[in-house]
Amino acid sequence: MKRALLLAKRNAKEILRDPLNLCFGLGFPLVLLGLLTAIQANVPKELFPLDQLTPGIAVFGLSFMSLFSATLISRDRSSALLLRLYTTPLRPLDYILGYALPMVPIALAQSAITLLFGVILGLPWTPRLLLCLLTTVPVGWIFIGTGLLCGSLLTDKQVGGICGALLTNLTGWFAGIWFDVELVGGFFKTVSNILPFYHGVELGRAAYAGTLSSALSHLWVVLAWALGLLSVAVWAFLHQMRKN
Amino acid sequence: MNAIEIEGLTKRYGALTAVNGLRLTVRQGELFALLGVNGAGKTTTIKMLSCLTRPDGGDALLLGKSITREPEEVKKLLAVSPQETAVAPKLTVRENLELMAGISGADKAETKRRIEALSGQLGLQEVLTRPAGKLSGGWQRRLSIAMALILEPKILFLDEPTLGLDVLARSALWEVIRSLKGNMTIILTTHYMEEAEELSDRIGVMGAGHLLQVGTAAELEAATGTDSLEKAFIALAKEAAK
Repeated sequence: MKRALLLAKRNAKEILRDPLNLCFGLGFPLVLLGLLTAIQANVPKELFPLDQLTPGIAVFGLSFMSLFSATLISRDRSSALLLRLYTTPLRPLDYILGYALPMVPIALAQSAITLLFGVILGLPWTPRLLLCLLTTVPVGWIFIGTGLLCGSLLTDKQVGGICGALLTNLTGWFAGIWFDVELVGGFFKTVSNILPFYHGVELGRAAYAGTLSSALSHLWVVLAWALGLLSVAVWAFLHQMRKN
Repeated sequence: MNAIEIEGLTKRYGALTAVNGLRLTVRQGELFALLGVNGAGKTTTIKMLSCLTRPDGGDALLLGKSITREPEEVKKLLAVSPQETAVAPKLTVRENLELMAGISGADKAETKRRIEALSGQLGLQEVLTRPAGKLSGGWQRRLSIAMALILEPKILFLDEPTLGLDVLARSALWEVIRSLKGNMTIILTTHYMEEAEELSDRIGVMGAGHLLQVGTAAELEAATGTDSLEKAFIALAKEAAK
């Protein structure tokens, strides 16, 4: 465990010392939240109510966790740092924990800042906001698992395309953050219901609204996706480890 | 006890036999250079010896420990400085060294002692607080070797340590490698004949997965009837390609 924590500490430093990570991971969701709230202030119709928008933007921000984590792993593979570590007494579990664990506090901090910014913009403060924050943990694992999976299988250039462009777009479009998925309906709604992003956002919204039954129905989907993705990611990481 | 005893080591990738029945003994404290053209089997041999790849046949004992039966024990004896620089770019030089020392099980006091000793030996004091990713290629290679040395290995694998370096950086790194001689067993793979001749006690020439010839530079020249290591190497490589 001590060795896993050493690797986790190193990985956290690598991510937090990259100014681009801070810009995209933290800055971009906040800018988006501020911008959409400013638009809302100038239109008479309620387009982006803060109690709906803020949990959504928090989930959107989490999609950057995949990019951070996958980029780090794929770069460690291409620079042979992982190869060097494979010759040390580190065990497979140490690698998995070393790459996954630092993402948890980073994701939690990012979500907390986003929710706090929502409060600053006018989102009413209630203790349920803490419950909403807690719901970002299982949602965060979906993105952490995706990062581990992509980092294990893809090159750092491919990671930029898949996690940086595709995943953030999928989250943005199919999570129902800025428009109601029910209104679009059809195929779009079906895909949204299959993918985990919509459920992640609805879970956060339900937690904030205090509708427990609704929250639970989305929580199971989120947990199933998180568990599935993490299982596949662990398999992929160990597979590439053996291949080396 | 010998540092390395290789007996019939074999590795196949599909129809290709990358290393074929390798037999070799390396003494403790020896610097042994492995020469060979691309695809000769050098890197695969190193990967098997450092427990990165499992052999399909044969075995090797590193200070009496089997790479097939006791890989975890073998890993405690060795360190690898890969062909790529293999450093954590956003970490400072000191943090890179602390990471590797910690992974080897050293506590804070021991880590500090090792870093001070290594910094003096490799001249790293002036760059200890700089991010590794901002260092020049030569300094990164030096750090890469330091990250292997901080594990205090009994056997050190240096895979193409001076690849792509300019003459001055290469010369500086040769000094570092010379200073390590005798303290540990070193296996060096290189494409540079002068590097092998300058640094090693013995040289093994690999070709098509086989160990073609082993000896000092003079012995290889005598065996091939040539007057330089480069000519001896070319003669052996051509023979292997037939």
